[in-house]
Amino acid sequence: MTPAEDAIERVVRESYGRLVAWLVARWRDVAAVEDALSEALATALRRWPVDGLPERPEAWLLSAAHRRLIDAARHMKVRAAAAPDLADLAAETSTPMTFPDERLPLLFVCAHPALAEDVRAPLMLQTVLGLDASRIAAAWLTAPATMAQRLVRAKTKIRDARLRFEVPEISEMPARLEAVLEAIYAAYATGWADPLGQDARTATLAREAIWLARTVADLLPGEPEADGLLALLLHCEARRKARRDAEGRYVPLSGQDVRMWDHSVIEEAEQRLAAAFAAGRPGRFQWEAAIQSAHAARRRTGATDWPAIVRLYGALLETAPTLGAAVAAAWAVTEADGAAAGLSRLEALPAKETAGFQPYWSVRAEVLKRLGRWDESAAARERARALADDPAVRAFLDERPKA
Amino acid sequence: MNFAILVYESETDFAERTDPVRAPAYMGAYFAYSQALNAAGVAAGGAGLLPPATATTIKLSAGRRRVQDGPFAEAKEQLGGIFLINVPDLDAALQWAERCPAASRAGVEVRPVLPPPPGV
Repeated sequence: MTPAEDAIERVVRESYGRLVAWLVARWRDVAAVEDALSEALATALRRWPVDGLPERPEAWLLSAAHRRLIDAARHMKVRAAAAPDLADLAAETSTPMTFPDERLPLLFVCAHPALAEDVRAPLMLQTVLGLDASRIAAAWLTAPATMAQRLVRAKTKIRDARLRFEVPEISEMPARLEAVLEAIYAAYATGWADPLGQDARTATLAREAIWLARTVADLLPGEPEADGLLALLLHCEARRKARRDAEGRYVPLSGQDVRMWDHSVIEEAEQRLAAAFAAGRPGRFQWEAAIQSAHAARRRTGATDWPAIVRLYGALLETAPTLGAAVAAAWAVTEADGAAAGLSRLEALPAKETAGFQPYWSVRAEVLKRLGRWDESAAARERARALADDPAVRAFLDERPKA
Repeated sequence: MNFAILVYESETDFAERTDPVRAPAYMGAYFAYSQALNAAGVAAGGAGLLPPATATTIKLSAGRRRVQDGPFAEAKEQLGGIFLINVPDLDAALQWAERCPAASRAGVEVRPVLPPPPGV
């Protein structure tokens, strides 16, 4: 790579999101900003090898993109509805020495409640990380054209309906932050389905979700849930390698070799979680991270403290009663108080919701097996197998002794 | 920037407008809302509509006028009126929209108003 290509790659890697955020804060037109920035990058690729590297590459790109937007606005290509005055904006084009980091408002606008839920995380990844629609589509197992359409629609709405570009007020913060964190969590969960990283794209998605979580946590130091989410994702990530054995077979948490866990990542997760709980405002992600932390304690103690995990699930279910948490809690109860208690937790769940929920049938099969109800256990396992998307999980359910 | 708050009402909502017992409270809520918009200086126009039973739909096809009794689409909720407000962004519009009496009943829809063509 030439020094110019090198510099451009570095700027894109380190500053893309900040450049987009700064420009979107002024223009409100995400698509036009992305176009202008990619044109500026193309120009840089031509000019820098000839003219030499600018002293401040970010500022150079910023003003090049900014000038393009002004030109486009003059030709009415960009609807400068939000741009109050072209002259004001033109005055600002004098390359700022440093430019403020406006990624946080950008993330909040991407996860705005007025946008469809399924586009929020993809939009965050595209605007803040510069991922293209086809890569995002692959990670979400969506047709590229469908994903591109969703993204275009969201960007048009941000521009035309004028979604507010700012960090929400304190009163709105909890609900709005939850949408941001949920979107990141969804992105991570999508990458989580492929623990071996056989598919480079989903492995990247998990890393990028962690990167987004870290960005939000660092930009909002007073919000413990942001630290909670980061701790949760780090705990999950620390166990990535241990989730498959040498032959690529699924290994459940209880069977994982703790030496395969990434202990330095666990340490970071623990620090983040301690900092979060110190704020005295627990929430869904902090409780989920605390459950992961209790599992991770096995690396030191060699045992799992199931009664403690049951208590943590109790707190989690009070804050966020999801089906996934209820099923996991039933398993913790099975381990702590026996299979009969676990089964009654499972049976208390609404049948309509559990019918197509894979983890429910997987846990039910195990609980029934412990009770010696073999036929029912086998039937539940069949159902769990049919509902499993992950081939390694299907194989795992095949291999269980048919007893 | 102008936004339209489209007020939707159900059949029972429309009935409440003229119900001797409930009408004062029902219409009073809209009156108060309208006053609040004026007091905040965001009101930019609007109108209430008579119930859908009074609606007539018209369409020209091949130069012929086709007139039909009833609203454009049969639905449980029908357009009952419209408020136009002038606020800086969608977030501010949504804050006003949630105070509209219909928001806690059939619901309201918020849409940006088409900007005037350039040069107007």
